[in-house]
Amino acid sequence: MIVGAPAAYAVQPDEIMSDPAKEARARDLSRELRCMVCQNQSIDDSEAPLARDLRLLVRERIAAGDSDAQVIDFLVARYGEFVLLKPRLEPHTLLLWLLPPLALAGGGLALWVHSRRRSGSGSKEDQSLLKLSAEEEARLKQLIAAEPVPDKSA
Amino acid sequence: MIAEAGHYALVLALALALIQSTIPVLGARWRDPALMNVALSTALAQLLFVAASFAALVTLHVTSDFSVVNVFENSHSLKPMIYKITGVWGNHEGSMLLWVLILALFGGLVAAFGNNLPLSLRAHVLAVQAWIASAFYLFILITSNPFLRIANPPIEGRDLNPVLQDIGLAVHPPMLYLGYVGFSISFSFAVAALIEGRIDAAWARWVRPWTLVAWIFLTLGIAMGSYWAYYELGWGGWWFWDPVENASLMPWLAGTALLHSLVVMEKRNALKVWTILLSILAFSLSLLGTFLVRSGVLTSVHAFATDPTRGVFILLILCIFIGGSLSLYAWRASALKQGGLFAPISREGALVLNNLFLTTACATVFIGTLYPLALEVVTGDKISVGAPFFNLTFAPLFVPLMIAVPFGPLLAWKRGDLLAAAQRLTAAGVAALIAVAVLWAWTRGGSALAPLAIGLAVFVIAGALSDLAERTGLFRTPFATAMQRARGLRRSTWGTVFAHAGVGVALIGIVCETTWNSEYIGSMRPDDVAKIAGYALKLDGVTHRQGPNFREMAAQFTVSLDGKRLSTMTPSKRNFTTRGSTTTEAALLTRGASQLYISLGDTAADGAIAVRIYHKPMVLLIWFGPVLMALGGMLSLSDRRLRVGAPKAARVPRGLQAAE
Repeated sequence: MIVGAPAAYAVQPDEIMSDPAKEARARDLSRELRCMVCQNQSIDDSEAPLARDLRLLVRERIAAGDSDAQVIDFLVARYGEFVLLKPRLEPHTLLLWLLPPLALAGGGLALWVHSRRRSGSGSKEDQSLLKLSAEEEARLKQLIAAEPVPDKSA
Repeated sequence: MIAEAGHYALVLALALALIQSTIPVLGARWRDPALMNVALSTALAQLLFVAASFAALVTLHVTSDFSVVNVFENSHSLKPMIYKITGVWGNHEGSMLLWVLILALFGGLVAAFGNNLPLSLRAHVLAVQAWIASAFYLFILITSNPFLRIANPPIEGRDLNPVLQDIGLAVHPPMLYLGYVGFSISFSFAVAALIEGRIDAAWARWVRPWTLVAWIFLTLGIAMGSYWAYYELGWGGWWFWDPVENASLMPWLAGTALLHSLVVMEKRNALKVWTILLSILAFSLSLLGTFLVRSGVLTSVHAFATDPTRGVFILLILCIFIGGSLSLYAWRASALKQGGLFAPISREGALVLNNLFLTTACATVFIGTLYPLALEVVTGDKISVGAPFFNLTFAPLFVPLMIAVPFGPLLAWKRGDLLAAAQRLTAAGVAALIAVAVLWAWTRGGSALAPLAIGLAVFVIAGALSDLAERTGLFRTPFATAMQRARGLRRSTWGTVFAHAGVGVALIGIVCETTWNSEYIGSMRPDDVAKIAGYALKLDGVTHRQGPNFREMAAQFTVSLDGKRLSTMTPSKRNFTTRGSTTTEAALLTRGASQLYISLGDTAADGAIAVRIYHKPMVLLIWFGPVLMALGGMLSLSDRRLRVGAPKAARVPRGLQAAE
């Protein structure tokens, strides 16, 4: 690998590792890592010189035989958690990770309780709700007589 | 003179908005039609004055009047005319002016076409619109005045950010704003309903067209922005989960949920309280989006405004409107009567499920976007939340939603039959299974997820078509009868079919692009050939040329397939001298729905150019999908029922409703 060419582009031809399997690993890892001086770009996408340095660093670690987890640990130890685009599940990110499932479960539960309560209250006054009063029956008959046959579109 | 006139017109618009904020409300309280109708003339006059102000700024940009700071900072006399015009909203002040122009436009439309609204409802809606407008006029006049002058005018301007010098800027922001700001109407209707303490199915019928219009524009605006990023930024990505993109996605998700809950409210007079909340949320999220983008609180690709005073001002507006409307909601919502009952398995139930998933998806995007900010403020820890997080959390929410989509339209109102709906979807299910099997066999050894996802997309599309076949009786009745029935179908039914199919089409594009995208990165010299996905691309040579306000290095590639010459592609790099910055102009070659994509990198000392070539299969479907959805929206909008106006809310005896 040659270091030193002016970087103004995402992954440069000269960065690519000769082993395609390792290069693919490097690319996958790069997509999970943030270019810290950029605005929400992964180092795989970024043109910044820092991103290039990080890409080379990732490839160096892979070439040295690190596993993916070791590469990530190495970068986190060096640059802090800010470098990870997918934060780890830790006490301070608990809310972040748990909110989506909790929102879904909570929403589902609320709907279930709501529908139970409404149908429950309905069953108490079952008869009055389900059966029409004589007055309503009369009005219904009158309406049916007045209305042309409704078209059954479904 | 023009600048001062524009400034003055804006001040007058503020004065009109203040009148419109108060008088009609008093009029409604005292039941005085004359006072209530003040809102009509002020809304139209406001539109006139904001339009005049906007026209003044356009004139200043077009005539390159560099004595105005805004023009000096964002324009250049050599800039092509189209970018002189679009540059008006390619900066903070101008884009805020466009924001209020669209707000005034919607207000004017309600005034002009709201004749069938009850007098007090219209007065309240326009008053709420005017509260929003006043806040934003004040914001512009106090912190972001586009008409400020420079004491000693320079001869030349600083030019517009080169990335923005693209036709995308002419389309994307206006569309997005039409969407964002369009939700202000549903917001105003919701707040007006809460003030009046009265809401019924007729309300939903008035709100729905406005929400649809906003949603159509937002859908197209987001899709357009995504395509713009795809071809302009030079690495072929089309969605980055950038906070600014998320800011537009959140109102879209809330707005989509709102459209569906409005259907329930209109048809069954149910879900009132929830619909009101969604109307408030959709616009609140639009305001939040405006805050995120305009305050510079997020440092991201789009945030070209960084000034804390502005941030604090918008935050104030945000708190007043969101806090105020939610408090009003908490106070008054219980007064709204609950509507019709329905069983969990029913059309209403399916639409509620849709709302549950869409709002959860919206909450996911919300927390992913704001959590890093909140965490940094509270604990000082800096974390990043990017694409990998959203892909992991967002996708699982959409899978069950998309499985449910075809069932919805096939279920009856009140009490549906899931088994019968499933039987009607047999053909769609079989089509999906065949798609999965074929793709599985074809891409053996590849990802197992992709065929399944495409199977799901096929299920959604085929499900939409089954619904259509079911309603027209296709294959069951003679073809001519089916055609006749198809003509007789309500436009909104067609709209549903198109919009749902669009979701499936977009999913196919997304899956194909992310799974089978192939890429070539290398240094090329003239006459070198790069091979990708069966295509051979030969670099013919590099030329330099001078554009109006940039210098360009263009490379010409000859593309051939199986030895047959197809076409040439000329990607280029532009160097804008005034700002000293470079843009990559990718070259695209469309083959069916797939595209070849070339973008150029740096030239090495020995003359070799770094080149990135992608083959993106089915990539165009990603944007065809939203276009189909928007088309569905337009069909639904053209439905007769929405044009003839809502029935009187008064006590008309409710006739038997035809089963739909």
